Amino acid sequence: MSINHTSVPGAGGARDPNNMRAALGKNAMGLAVWATLLLMVLFGWLRYDNFLGAYNIFSFFQYNAIFAAISLGMCFVIVTGGIDLSVGGAAALASVLAAMASPYGVMPGIIVGVGAGMCVGVLNAYCVVQMRIAPFIATLATALASTGTALLISNNQSVGVSYETLFIEFGQGDWFGMPIPAVLVGVLFVGGWLVLSRLPLGRRILAVGGGEDASRLMGVRTDRIIFGVYIFSGVMAGLAGAILAAQFGAGQPTEGTGWELFAIAAVVVGGTLLTGGEGSVVATLGGVLLLGLLFNMLNFENGKGWISLSAYWQSVIRGGFLLVFIVVQAKIAQGREAAKHL
Amino acid sequence: MTDLSSQKFPQFGDLRQALAQYTVGIAFLALVLLNLLITPNFASMNTISVNLTQVCTIVIVAVGMTFVIASGGIDLSVGSTMAIAGALAPLIFTGAFLGITDPFFGVVVAIVLPLVVGGCLGLFNGFLITHYNIQPIVATLVLFVTGRGIAQVLTNGSLQVFNRPDFQFIALARLWGIPVQVFIMLAVVFLGAFLLRKTLFGRYLLASGGNAAAAKMVGINVRWVRLVAYAICGVLSALAGLIVVARNGASDANLVGLGIELDAIAAAAIGGTLLTGGRATILGTFLGACVIQLVRYTLLANGVPDSAALVFKAVIIILAVRIQRKHVN
Repeated sequence: MSINHTSVPGAGGARDPNNMRAALGKNAMGLAVWATLLLMVLFGWLRYDNFLGAYNIFSFFQYNAIFAAISLGMCFVIVTGGIDLSVGGAAALASVLAAMASPYGVMPGIIVGVGAGMCVGVLNAYCVVQMRIAPFIATLATALASTGTALLISNNQSVGVSYETLFIEFGQGDWFGMPIPAVLVGVLFVGGWLVLSRLPLGRRILAVGGGEDASRLMGVRTDRIIFGVYIFSGVMAGLAGAILAAQFGAGQPTEGTGWELFAIAAVVVGGTLLTGGEGSVVATLGGVLLLGLLFNMLNFENGKGWISLSAYWQSVIRGGFLLVFIVVQAKIAQGREAAKHL
Repeated sequence: MTDLSSQKFPQFGDLRQALAQYTVGIAFLALVLLNLLITPNFASMNTISVNLTQVCTIVIVAVGMTFVIASGGIDLSVGSTMAIAGALAPLIFTGAFLGITDPFFGVVVAIVLPLVVGGCLGLFNGFLITHYNIQPIVATLVLFVTGRGIAQVLTNGSLQVFNRPDFQFIALARLWGIPVQVFIMLAVVFLGAFLLRKTLFGRYLLASGGNAAAAKMVGINVRWVRLVAYAICGVLSALAGLIVVARNGASDANLVGLGIELDAIAAAAIGGTLLTGGRATILGTFLGACVIQLVRYTLLANGVPDSAALVFKAVIIILAVRIQRKHVN
């Protein structure tokens, strides 16, 4: 790996005049995401009919709830300096198992899905913490294992959910006009923000990412924290899988490829450094919405008929955005390094 | 830091280390023995030929990956680079791109240009990593996402079927009954091993991966060394992409090289290359790729479904990295 320029997790650091520029840079990334988002919404509202119509907003949030869920889990893993490449495979496995459990009711379906994700998370945590295997290789392996298991269980076919129970409702229904998955994930994001930014636990999670050895010496139980974030990421992937099954009416063993990269991209666009030690749940949400909105606007733009871009352009445009954001981020990080040595 | 230990035969009493060092070789031999016992018709020319052709692309990409890993990095974009190279070649020799009508010249360009593009993509990765100090996983993620999209846009996502023996010779032609792609693979392995073991660049590469700060202090241009490592990986990925489409007689941008980054990383890890950089072995990577291929073949030939083979592969990767950690460090 390259040399990590991890900065000290910044309790009170912003008040140090030398770190003023650093603090500005840190907030600037989060602000930049939300400002870009706002501009895009404004642009879309002016340019397209029905862009802010109830239908588009509903389906936008319904569709992106899945990605928001895995990105929240990913955010926590990444701030500890790790990475979880197994979320896609875990979600596929969870969707198959949730679909199989759906005849027993809504809650069993959700619980089995989340439980499946949690098992993958525990496996990841065990490999990373106990066996000391590099996170990206451990989670790549569990991604393979969970995809393989999902295909084995489902016999390489999608598994239909039960329409006898209200399981479908969990994915397609609404609460006060908002899709249920989006409300649920929204609540989890508020919880995630509270934990990471407002509770002592969040300080410890950030400290582990800033420097594992140092925080262990400070008395933080680093192994427990790392164990916890991988399980949390697994749980979120499991939830995403359950939502997927409920939304599409079937467990999808082949779904989920590339989800981990979407989640990483969302977290990175949100300004969270992959070296760990800092990060923001709010900015991650911004990253998810921004990447989702790009796709949404591409659809509208095609509808206008001026351009006709195939769906393949989606990944090119997303990749381009990712490139711009990480380069800007790197520039800010370099500026921060310079500011530190003043 | 460097692989001094692998240069001399281990001490007589040092059995555990010897075992760790030759794990991949032992595993390979054990798999061959197992197959001789349980798999029908294993010891036939046909089986050997099938396995050798299938392992080619993994080996070629894995050699490039070994260089990148040795320099302390990782390259997730190898599959996308393969897809771009595989999409470009048919576009060039059919004249759809660049409008070359002369068949001979067309085929030459169709082989050379994708390799150059692959090298440039590798340089792009290396530039992001060395110039902006971006972590390799994130930097190569950009091309991983964008690259396959570019290949799909180039071909409009559709399958390009072709029948051009003059281009397909790189995969299909046979010398003494052995496919040319096997010779290409062996040449890549030999050159890779030579570059890593016998040249100054190889020494610099291992030093940069083992301890970048120290390497800088002794005057090694770490940035340049890393840049070259990514460029090599890009060229080799493009070569693998060309071989895949030539072998299939068709180019499918959605599928060429999909998931190969994991096979390549796994081959290097199983072979004994340290994933944190600084210690690498090309021969180990070659054997690692053969182990992956043989495991897959053993399972498939004995009626185990492909999905279960994925689970097996996961277990092997974890075990390999685990054994490496336990004995080498």
